[in-house]
Amino acid sequence: MSTLHTVNKSPFATGSLASCLNHCKDGDAILLIEDGVYGGLAETSVSGQVQKMMGSVAIYVLGPDADARGLAADRLLAGINGVDYDGFVDLVAKHDRTQAWL
Amino acid sequence: MSEIKKFLYVNRKAPYGTIYALESLEVVLIGAAFDQDVSLAFLDDGVFQLTKGQNTDGIGIKNFSPTFRALGDYEVTKLFVEQESLDERGLTADDLQEVMYEDEDDDWAEKPSIRIVSRSEMADIMADQDVVLSF
Repeated sequence: MSTLHTVNKSPFATGSLASCLNHCKDGDAILLIEDGVYGGLAETSVSGQVQKMMGSVAIYVLGPDADARGLAADRLLAGINGVDYDGFVDLVAKHDRTQAWL
Repeated sequence: MSEIKKFLYVNRKAPYGTIYALESLEVVLIGAAFDQDVSLAFLDDGVFQLTKGQNTDGIGIKNFSPTFRALGDYEVTKLFVEQESLDERGLTADDLQEVMYEDEDDDWAEKPSIRIVSRSEMADIMADQDVVLSF
């Protein structure tokens, strides 16, 4: 049993990503969407917290949202995978529930 | 529909700055008609929804905090509040209003609906649901 978490707010504006990281479990996945994609950036004040989870939780960014904001793949933390909209659907289908961190 | 599913309503926003908190309560009340296993979670700024002494006379918005006390009549009797979120905001359980329900399996004894849980217990509760609705 596992959960797909979505985060749609910048980690520099709200505590949504931090709260998500504090409540997810081994085997869960986090998909960063909309302004949430900023949470995938390397060398920020929150990237350490994100990196720490990457062994137990898979982290994805929604490619179109990253592209829209000019976040090139080489700016993201190593190990974060991009997905397109079909990939988003696959992630939803693969997990038992989806929890949005608004 | 016969299969009972576990629904969790996650409340992470303070009550009057945005419409999320009121909308959540509205959805809970509507959803209560469907005989599901319903729980509410309050964490982050969501814990402010349950504080005592709210008075909205001066802001022209309905004070909906008393409505939480009606949830027991709709068999919504599990209000989980995260201890760490209270601590971060300088609150204790005493700062929260009393929400009671009558336990039909225990001779209608009055029992508290609010249950304070740790962050890791909250994570377990979230992972134990069929459906999670976030507000």
